[in-house]
This record gives sequence, structure tokens and C-alpha cells, in this order.
Amino acid sequence: MATSSDGALVQVVGLKKYFPITQGIVFQRKIADVKAVDGLDFSIQRGETLGLVGESGCGKSTTGRTVLQLYSPTAGQVVFQGKDLTKLHGEDLRKMRRNMQMIFQDPYASLNPRMTVGDIIGEPLEVHNIAKGKEKKERVQELLSIVGLNPYFVNRYPHEFSGGQRQRIGVARALAVNPAFIVCDEPISALDVSIQAQIINLLEELQEKFHLTYLFIAHDLSVVRHISDRIAVMYLGKIVELTDRNALYANPLHPYTKALLSAVPIPDPIIEEKRERIILVGDVPSPVNPPSGCRFHTRCPLAIDICKRVDPEFRDVGNNHWVACHVV
Amino acid sequence: MATLLEVKDLKTEFRTQDGVVHAVNGVSFTVDEGETLGLVGESGCGKSVSVLSVMRLIPHPPGKITNGQVLFQGRDLLQVDDEEIRSVRGNKIAMVFQDPMTSLNPVLTIGTQIGEALELHLGMTKEQARKRSVELLKMVGIPEAEGRLDDYPHQFSGGMRQRVMIAMALSCSPQLLIADEPTTALDVTIQAQIVDIVKRLKTELGMAIIWITHDLGVIAGLADRINVMYAGFVIETAPVKEIFGNPLHPYTLGLLTSIPRLDAAMKSKLTPIEGLPPDLIEMPKGCPFYNRCTFRTDQCANENPALELGAVRHSVACWNWQDVLKKRAAYLSGRA
Ligand SMILES: Nc1ncnc2c1ncn2[C@@H]1O[C@H](COP(=O)(O)OP(=O)(O)OP(=O)(O)O)[C@@H](O)[C@H]1O
Ligand SMILES: Nc1ncnc2c1ncn2[C@@H]1O[C@H](COP(=O)(O)OP(=O)(O)OP(=O)(O)O)[C@@H](O)[C@H]1O
Ligand code: SF4
Ligand SMILES: [Mg+2]
Ligand SMILES: [Mg+2]
Repeated sequence: MATSSDGALVQVVGLKKYFPITQGIVFQRKIADVKAVDGLDFSIQRGETLGLVGESGCGKSTTGRTVLQLYSPTAGQVVFQGKDLTKLHGEDLRKMRRNMQMIFQDPYASLNPRMTVGDIIGEPLEVHNIAKGKEKKERVQELLSIVGLNPYFVNRYPHEFSGGQRQRIGVARALAVNPAFIVCDEPISALDVSIQAQIINLLEELQEKFHLTYLFIAHDLSVVRHISDRIAVMYLGKIVELTDRNALYANPLHPYTKALLSAVPIPDPIIEEKRERIILVGDVPSPVNPPSGCRFHTRCPLAIDICKRVDPEFRDVGNNHWVACHVV
Repeated sequence: MATLLEVKDLKTEFRTQDGVVHAVNGVSFTVDEGETLGLVGESGCGKSVSVLSVMRLIPHPPGKITNGQVLFQGRDLLQVDDEEIRSVRGNKIAMVFQDPMTSLNPVLTIGTQIGEALELHLGMTKEQARKRSVELLKMVGIPEAEGRLDDYPHQFSGGMRQRVMIAMALSCSPQLLIADEPTTALDVTIQAQIVDIVKRLKTELGMAIIWITHDLGVIAGLADRINVMYAGFVIETAPVKEIFGNPLHPYTLGLLTSIPRLDAAMKSKLTPIEGLPPDLIEMPKGCPFYNRCTFRTDQCANENPALELGAVRHSVACWNWQDVLKKRAAYLSGRA
């Protein structure tokens, strides 16, 4: 297990999520699986931000949703506050849900255009029987000011707001039920550069104020390194490396992490001039038919014979630095 | 270096139901032969409309170029006839867009699409065009190029399609390549592949490039010079090291302090730019950055500053850039 379990708010063990690919119109037959998430082990400490990075399609969103049981896992456990969520159903699961919320990438698509801001933020308060009527309205106004919006906005509709403001509304809705844990799925990717910092700072302030624990998903490693305490790097449905933010940058061990780090541009022409890039050849293979052995071997500059045959074990190489690679 | 392109006081607007959108508001800039110019700025600031105006590709209506000159090798492209602008496009000036799928025809093979341009613009035979197409695909790093000529666009990944677009853009050896966010939709490792190829081709072919992006990181490693745009204006222009090392406009400074850097040693706090860009329909009378600016003075509310020289080859449109210069260190401290 990645990191000891003491103090862990969330503990994920052997988590898998496959999406069946079916064929046929009347009789649907399963012909294959998209192995979107294929065996993850990690834990998130109370009050910590765990960053999850990787390229498009590597399974980041699926991981976030499966942890929250928005998708039912194909295999594995998600232990949250000591309870295995995968064993809970109905009312029990609904009660636990109150402690876990999600913030989505697209502030446009994730807010119902026909609901007022007050109704959007107030909905979870009603669903979980926390507040209604005047009390609900007061709580909504309080939430609006917490996320830096004017409390008088309660009766407005999402289209009246900018992207950054809509994302604040999404954050307010997630906070409404006082959750302990929030999955932030690319919360700033759809925003302009000058607005991104506003939301990053807001998330950091709220974390401190309300002792929140975050799983922060993004493909931008600079942003993830900024906000996270520890970082998990995903490739094709698996975590290939997991360590703290400084070790990942100063001492990356997995060849994929090294390539990813070297590909991230740094906004400094003097540094860029001198940088050596590891240019990976080819594209990410399909998760329907992932390569045998180590999934990265088809693009890995260091691959040796065993990499094609044997899936490397995800192991602690010391100081809580986890990596899955034969060459390390 | 000789000037290849000179844009003078370009204005482009769109007449919409809500009013006139002032997309480009008197933009002037030059591109030298072999030079790479970066156009940066946030969404809606007029980057695409500027270069589409240069190519005369603004949809009319609702769009209209209302003022200016676009001098390419001395001739004003805004004045030449339709036939001449068509021969300039794709031949002397080529363009690559953000989403390669919209610019590739899904029902034609890759080989047919590259070959078409070669036959049309360069008068090659089918046989010659096919041979050259293979060379071009190899040049942009498509493996087993011969075997892929008869594939359709959907059989290529996003990164490969963008490389095909670059190959097509280069097919007629243009003097100027305009790339509008060519890597924004791609993953970083694929972006690194494309940037690597473009850097190599730029030295090999000696062409000039206008590279549009909102990513200050990508442009830092690629551009010779940068135009920072805001609300349809170029608000600062300088060689790349000047922009990053000696920013003089409050907006440029704000951009630099608001982005996290991968190499930041400590978990330092970001300084966001508060507020939002102005409404391009009701443009403010003074400086367009006024409502978000921490350096503003009364003059800024009423008069829009023009670009003026702030350092060698470095122009800035701000009444208070000297103040920025004085206080900048405090803004940048805490950064790596
Ligand atoms: N509901 C679904 N049904 C079938 N396949 C799915 C579904 N959701 C995701 N997938 C597939 O699972 C894989 C992982 O997708 P996921 O959305 O988790 O990736 P991601 O890392 O979040 O990517 P991105 O950075 O593009 O958001 C992809 O191949 C995707 O096509
Ligand atoms: N066809 C159109 N009709 C009306 N307005 C338009 C049209 N095309 C562009 N605009 C407006 O012109 C302004 C400048 O747009 P432009 O596409 O140049 O921005 P950009 O800097 O390229 O932004 P992005 O980074 O989002 O691509 C925007 O406010 C946009 O809404
Ligand atoms: S002119 Fe005034 S408002 Fe505009 S950027 Fe300069 S200081 Fe700020
Ligand atoms: Mg995702
Ligand atoms: Mg654009």
C-alpha cells in the first residue's frame, strides 16, 4: 500500500474500472473492455492534496469518479473514514456521499442553465436535509461570499457569469454540505491564464479554512506541482510513480515521469534555451489492448527485454517514493 | 533582416445583434524574414482575428476590416484582388489551426490532400506529388510514411494529424507560417514532439513564423519576439528575453506572477489578476486594462496610452511603465 494507513482519510486498494465495449443491436455482446483504471493503490492523508497527473485518456477522471462511487468499481476497495464504500448501498452510501464532493472541469456544462445560482448551490442542502427555506437562503449567501462572489447573486442564472465565476459557483456547491474530501477534476483547465490563479488561490484558502482533503486532477504538471503535497503520475490506467512534490521534481525515477517533466515548458527563455528534452516517440496506446508487461515499454527509451513480458511491481524504493519500473 | 510582413494600424470589427464587437483596435507589428513572432494573450483578445485579417479570411458579414494595411513583401494584401490573395495563401503564407480535424477533409486520404496542394500550386504531376508527399511526411516525423499516404484522417491520432497539417503547410515552402494554437489541444509530450519539429524546420527552411498561444511556457522556448495582446490592442512588444526578464506592462507582469512554474522551489502563493477583461462592445475610453490594474492613475481612466519605447526594441502601452519598473522587483519576489 502506498503510504501507511495511519491518518489516511481515503485508502484505495487494487482499484479497477473497466468499461465494456459491446456489439450487436438486439443481443448486446461484450467484445472487449476499456481498461480505463487497472489496479491502483494509494492513500490520501487527512488535510493533504494528492495530485493526479497524466495525459489525456490515461484514466484520471475515471479514477476520481470511481473513488467517489459515481462509477461502481470493477474490482478493489475504497476505504473512506474507515468504511469500505464499495460495500455500501442505498441510504448508507448516500449518507457517506455528503462527505465527498466533486468539482468539475467545465463550469459551463456542469451547471444547470435553467436553475438560479441559489437553487444550484442550495440543492445539496435539500437533498441531504441540511437546510431549507430561509435558512437555506442564508447558507447559500454565506457560501457565495466564501467563494468571493456577491451574495446578491442568488437569483441570477449561470449564463450571467464568466467562466471563473461559474467555477466559483461550482466550488460553493461542493462546499455546501461541509465535505471532508473533494475531488477536483481539472478545475482550472477551461479558464483563462489570468483567471486560473484566482481559483487555485481560492481552493488553497478553503483547504486551510475548512481542513479539506483534495484529490486534484490535472494534466498540467506545473499546476499540480504548485498545489499538491504528493503527486501520482498515471499512464494508461496505472500509477507509475507516486511521491512528494519535491522528490518528483528533483528526483524522478520512472522514465515516463522524466519525459513528462522534460516536456513541460517553463516560462523562462533563458532556461528553455538550455533545456534538454526527452522526446518520446509515438502515441499513447489504446487502453482496450494495452501493451504486455510494462505498459510504457513501447515508448520507453530505457526498455529492456523483461519490460515486454512482466508487469513491474509498484513498490516503495525508500522514503515513501513509489515507482513501477524494472530499470529503477 | 529584411521586413517580410508589416501590419499597420489594423482594425477589425464584427457587427452582431448586441452591437459592434471591436475585436482588433489598431494593431501594428512587423515580422522579419526568418523571425518567429509570438502572439500571446487570453481568450478573446484578438489573436486569431489579427492573423485572419492578415490572410483576409474574416467572414463578411459579420466581420469587416475597417482600417489598416498589411504589407507583405511590400504589397498591401488588403488591396490585391481575390485571385492574388488566393495564390499568396497556402503558397507564400501558410496557416495551421488549433483543431486539425476541422481543416482536414475526412473523406479524402492524407496523400490526396497533400498532393492536391502540390499539383495546384507547384504544377507537379501525380507521381511527383506522391513522392514529395512522402518526403514531407518524413520531414514532420511520421513513421512509415509511404504506407500511410492512403490512410484517412480518422486513422491518425491528434498529434499525427497536426503533423500532417504542418507538412501540408510546408508543402509549398512558404515564407511565412502562421500557427494558431497548434499544440493547445495536444498532450504535453506530443506538444514537445511538434515544437521540436517546428524548431528544426525553422532553421532548415529559414521561414518566418507567427505562433499564437496563451501558453507563456511554449512561447518562451520558441519565439524571437513577442507581442502581448489585450482587448484587441498590442500592449507590449519586445524580444523574448526582454518580455520575460524586463516586463514593463502591468498586464504582462500580472501574467508572469499568476502562473505556477514547474521549477518553483517553494510552494509560493500566486498573484492573480483580479477582475475580467473589458467588454469589446462597450470599450472603455481610457486604458483597456484600467479596471484590473494595480498601477492605474487618474489619467488611465480617460486616455488610452499608445505604444512607446521603454527600452531597446521594447515598446509598451502604459502611462505608468516607469512605475512598473520601480516596483516590479517586489511583485516578482517570492518567485523562482
Ligand atoms: N463512460 C465511459 N464509457 C466507455 N469508456 C470510457 C468512459 N469514460 C472513460 N472512458 C475511457 O476510459 C479511458 C480513460 O478516460 P478518462 O476520462 O478517465 O481519462 P482522463 O485521464 O480523465 O483524460 P482527460 O485528460 O482527457 O480528461 C479513455 O480511454 C476513455 O475513452
Ligand atoms: N465571427 C465572429 N462574430 C462575432 N464576433 C467575433 C467573431 N469572431 C471573433 N469575434 C470576436 O472577436 C474577438 C476576438 O476574437 P479572437 O478569435 O481573435 O480571439 P483570440 O485571441 O484568438 O481568442 P482565443 O484564445 O479564445 O482563440 C472576440 O471577442 C470574439 O468574440
Ligand atoms: S495605462 Fe494605467 S491602467 Fe493602463 S496599464 Fe498602465 S497603469 Fe495600468
Ligand atoms: Mg478527465
Ligand atoms: Mg484564437
